[in-house]
Amino acid sequence: MKRFVAIGALAAAVIALHLLFAAAGAEYLLVQLTMAAYYALVVIGLCLLMGYAGQISLGHAAFFALGGYTAAVLSTNSFTQLMGAPALERLVHWGLVTAGTDAYGAAAHQVPVWLSLPLAVAAAAAVALVIGIPVLKLKGHYLAMATLGFGTILYRIFLGTRLFGEADGISSVRPCALLPGLTIGGDTALRTQNYYFAWALVLLAMVLSLNIVSSRAGRALRSIHGSEEAAAAMGVNTARYKLYVFILSAVFAAVGGFFMTHFNGGIGPAEAGIMKSVRYVAIVAVGGMANLWGSLLIGVLLNFLSLRGIFGSYDDAVFGALLVFIMALAPDGILRREFLHRIMRVRIRWPFSK
Amino acid sequence: MLRIRNLESGYGSLRVLKGISLHVNSGEIVTIIGANGAGKTTLLETIAGVVAASSGEILFDGRDLVTLSPERIVAAGCSLVPEGRQVFAPMTVRENLVLGAYIRSGREGKAAVAEDIDAIHRHFPILKERDGQLAGTLSGGEQQMLAIGRALMARPRLIMLDEPSMGLAPIIVRGIFEIIGRLRAEGNTILLVEQNAMASLGIADRGYVMETGQIVLEGTARELMENHDVQRAYLGKEYRSIGEGRG
Ligand SMILES: Nc1ncnc2c1ncn2[C@@H]1O[C@H](COP(=O)(O)OP(=O)(O)OP(=O)(O)O)[C@@H](O)[C@H]1O
Ligand SMILES: [Mg+2]
Repeated sequence: MKRFVAIGALAAAVIALHLLFAAAGAEYLLVQLTMAAYYALVVIGLCLLMGYAGQISLGHAAFFALGGYTAAVLSTNSFTQLMGAPALERLVHWGLVTAGTDAYGAAAHQVPVWLSLPLAVAAAAAVALVIGIPVLKLKGHYLAMATLGFGTILYRIFLGTRLFGEADGISSVRPCALLPGLTIGGDTALRTQNYYFAWALVLLAMVLSLNIVSSRAGRALRSIHGSEEAAAAMGVNTARYKLYVFILSAVFAAVGGFFMTHFNGGIGPAEAGIMKSVRYVAIVAVGGMANLWGSLLIGVLLNFLSLRGIFGSYDDAVFGALLVFIMALAPDGILRREFLHRIMRVRIRWPFSK
Repeated sequence: MLRIRNLESGYGSLRVLKGISLHVNSGEIVTIIGANGAGKTTLLETIAGVVAASSGEILFDGRDLVTLSPERIVAAGCSLVPEGRQVFAPMTVRENLVLGAYIRSGREGKAAVAEDIDAIHRHFPILKERDGQLAGTLSGGEQQMLAIGRALMARPRLIMLDEPSMGLAPIIVRGIFEIIGRLRAEGNTILLVEQNAMASLGIADRGYVMETGQIVLEGTARELMENHDVQRAYLGKEYRSIGEGRG
């Protein structure tokens, strides 16, 4: 019950922010809120993985980028250059590719979204499956190192491959028409519908995640976090659960990346970078690990500020510093009663005195 | 009920169990005693399927457990109370119990689980008082009771206990052993691993002595208690410390 109230409150807040910004004549802020929502999808998935299943991933930006690059490659000339005209014509004939024109009026092909989105999801799920089986056997530092390695590999692949536009990334990704009257793209006229669509996705992800967490599966996940051996002794198939959550979180990230890329009109290798992954981990840590609402709130807030350029060129440093701060002072996140109490009664203490 | 033949297992290239054979009859308490590193925990974890057996067989009611996954083994009716208790610290006492019924709860639904929790509460009234408390904040003895209660939630026919007395004060240990006796009186079958040989031989029907991955002695609890080697190696020190606990 409490869950539905919270979800309702989130929906109300989404509408309220829109009305507020509209009234203040600052509707351009919806753009950053839309982007923050897509990043929030990564955070929600990572929160399930880290906070509930207790598995860290320092490579989650790679899944976001995987979704994004799938969108980009399939809706620009990137992929048509790979095949000859006859093959392309056949695909068009079968309806798997639509022919159109790009922003400059030149001929351009695009894979329709009913196909490209499932492909992005499948790509992320497949990579998560292949990576997850060996990697999730590891624990602690080893898991962190392995996921870091995986993230680095994908980053270098995006950075070094022609198909992915190398260091420039892929730009002029065209909007995708999802439904009549709903087009994902960066056009000013589309701003409001994109804002609501992105947040509808977040709401959906939250409902799904909250349900998982409070179900039998959620208890199983938290038990893995508590003690993996004991969980196995209770009959919880720990390996399978860890893998499922890893795949689910990868899919969340890929969906975020997919729509973000259509919304932004492009994607670059920085989205797959290690600093992005660290940022997601920092957000979940600040939000309080096993705290979906906390992670969502902090994620939207920090990403919004970051996208507004508040942190200037110290952007990455801010997230790094946050991580240090949290681990040292509030390992359970800042949205905890104990921590907030402590803040209320701050006493300045020198580090060396008792 | 349980019959193990020539069981071998270990970790990677390390062979820990070197051909273990033993059996447990229905309704018995059988204890395994042995020094640190003898392989007692490894034995229980191999039976539970957490550690893979490299050869031998583990027949449970005639069915070989060796190839089964841990969850199948729990479902078959064989539950482990792990060494060091390992309650799920960040979860409440009740959630721990509900998790104990994990393999059943998919089929049987909430009402059956709630009924069983009531039964556990009758065994361990303290767990009822602590229902909503985080398991990690319980005392050692309470955690041990929770670990036992959690294992019972799977409705096992064989309960394996790995050093339930570990790190507990003598008076608490006595309480735990009373509970173990009561469980047997209710018809449970128990395989009890202990370093506290005095207490465990005191309650068991039969026992095995394990050294460096092998069974070196077996017999009724009385025979073992009267055995000179056992007295010298396992009972001398324990006897005194239990005496002190009473004083
Ligand atoms: N996870 C592991 N990996 C590698 N070796 C292990 C592992 N667990 C136990 N061992 C080794 O296996 C041997 C037997 O250990 P085990 O824990 O089964 O002994 P034990 O009889 O239960 O001892 P204790 O009474 O101290 O609990 C020891 O030499 C130990 O070092
Ligand atoms: Mg042991």
